[in-house]
Amino acid sequence: MQTPVQFRLNDEERAEFVDSGARLLGLLRDKVGVTSPKSGCQQGTCGCCTVLIDGAPYLSCLVLAETCAGKSIETVEGLAKGTAYHPLQLAFMEHFAAQCGYCTSGMLMAAKALLDRNANPTRADVIDAICGNVCRCTGYQPIIEAILAAAKRGVARTA
Amino acid sequence: MRIRKELFADERRDDFREVGVGRQRADALGHVTARSQYYDDRRIAGMLHMKLVRSPHHHARIRAIDMSAAERLPGVKRIITAKDVPNNLYTVLALINVGIPDEPALAFDKVRYKGEPIVAVVADSERAACEAVARVRVDYDPLAAVFDVEDALKSGAPLVNEYHGRNTFNYEGRDHQRVRFGDVERAFAQADHVIEERYQMSPIEHAPTEPQGCIAVPADDHRITCYTNTQALFFSLDVTAMILKVSPDKLHFIGGTVGGGFGGKVDTLVEPLCILGAMLTNRPVRLAFSREEEMQAGPPRGAERIFIKDGVMKDGRIVARYMRIYEDSGAYSRLSPYGAVKAAAHCPGPYSIPNVFCDAYCVYTNRTPSTAMRGFGVTASDFAIEVQMDKLARLVGMNPFEFRILNAYRDGDTKAHRKKTEGAALIECVLAAADLANVPIADSYRTMSSRQGGGAAPGAMPATPPARPQPGVQRPAAGDRLASIFGERRR
Repeated sequence: MQTPVQFRLNDEERAEFVDSGARLLGLLRDKVGVTSPKSGCQQGTCGCCTVLIDGAPYLSCLVLAETCAGKSIETVEGLAKGTAYHPLQLAFMEHFAAQCGYCTSGMLMAAKALLDRNANPTRADVIDAICGNVCRCTGYQPIIEAILAAAKRGVARTA
Repeated sequence: MRIRKELFADERRDDFREVGVGRQRADALGHVTARSQYYDDRRIAGMLHMKLVRSPHHHARIRAIDMSAAERLPGVKRIITAKDVPNNLYTVLALINVGIPDEPALAFDKVRYKGEPIVAVVADSERAACEAVARVRVDYDPLAAVFDVEDALKSGAPLVNEYHGRNTFNYEGRDHQRVRFGDVERAFAQADHVIEERYQMSPIEHAPTEPQGCIAVPADDHRITCYTNTQALFFSLDVTAMILKVSPDKLHFIGGTVGGGFGGKVDTLVEPLCILGAMLTNRPVRLAFSREEEMQAGPPRGAERIFIKDGVMKDGRIVARYMRIYEDSGAYSRLSPYGAVKAAAHCPGPYSIPNVFCDAYCVYTNRTPSTAMRGFGVTASDFAIEVQMDKLARLVGMNPFEFRILNAYRDGDTKAHRKKTEGAALIECVLAAADLANVPIADSYRTMSSRQGGGAAPGAMPATPPARPQPGVQRPAAGDRLASIFGERRR
């Protein structure tokens, strides 16, 4: 059975039919063609599929697509405005926080959720914010440095 | 980071423009904007999905395979078994004439590890493929399994891989790779202390965040395009051509952006079956490992067991080193014969020891076939050797830094495998590490260097027989071919 779902995706209205039991990750990647959330484990353990739903970080592989009706979803595709990159994107580039890049989308969204609610996070806050996101390349330190640098640069809360 | 330009200043040019300079990755912008395209970010019209029936047993005979229920399932396009694979039995190092075919792309008479693929199902959705896989009935006759390298070498152990006839890889007629230098037995008899220790590495899973997979697309030029996350694009292309018995120019591999590998994505486990599926259906086919498959059937680092026996004098000079190395290859060869060669070639570590003996075995067990991971072979050897060095230093009551400096190789020293040492820098590294760790080093050691005759020990070794080539000494052809194909520099 298919259910119609209306939602906002990176500030644009969307409507899709979804299979019952379909998850948000599949809706975004296979139906909408938004491929920044990655399918690293399909079981809520790696964090590569992290997106924001109404500003809070969620593992899209565990979210039923139907439950997103009326919600606002943010992904990496919505971070930059043209070539005006988000401070987190700039900091990730400058601090070598992306190596293979596969965890980067989830890291960026988890970090954005943090900075949107806390513009001056401590190192412990940053570690707590990305504790659900696995990175197998960097050893995490460059990612933590990048998020702290982005915070220092001053991140205005995005509406 | 600081570059110690004062070291070896006369041996190199000093016009670094990149070393020590921070540079952004070429793909950084793609990664932070999510425009970097991983293989699975492509959705191709008409794409089918492949899933694999895998063995729940570590070791079992296959009596029968019943696919009738799976074939009747709506959405199933094709079911592939061993008989559909043109050259089902292969070994990856056949590309460089090392080893014998010992692994089936799809198992037919026997399964030798848990998770081994037996049947490939192609269906029009991932869900239909999964349901069909669940409906394939395989009738097994479980066999005794062996999971320990030393157990596998005992008489009466289950024979894991019939193609080898025994549970070891064949190195030019021997069941092990060997290094012989001097006379360790005589040196042990003269040493002040002799100690033997056992070391065990774990079979570490690389666990890249992106599981292995690929998408194969029949192209309009009679080729197959394969988007893949292999770490070794042309190696995987050649392995695929070998298994499918097609000319390599019929395959077009597109890779580049890989979501982590660390050695775990060189075994070419997805491309041959996926491309075969595309050839048999003339449709695009996707084969993506689940996380469970990546963990269970994806290859880990081979677990090495290493025994080291050393003879050391009261003054700290090591006079003999004996190593026995068992590389756990799992059920099939893949790259492990090369790993064992590397482990042997690394013996006795970066030290000048006048008497060296090493036997390295590549052993078959019913564990998941192992593969490359971050210096495999050498990493395990180094782990064992360096822990052993600390134990030896404690035994003779020396500072472990000074102990290493004393025994370090110098330029010009002949190593156990008969190559002259060049470009040595161990002493300088140990000194730098000691300074960073605030470990005091006596002036007599601080003045030593890695240059030829750089103060010290090797020339003044006690009266053991001079190193001379023994009849059994090998510069194995297989090892050399392996080393050259993988671009290793042995030093």
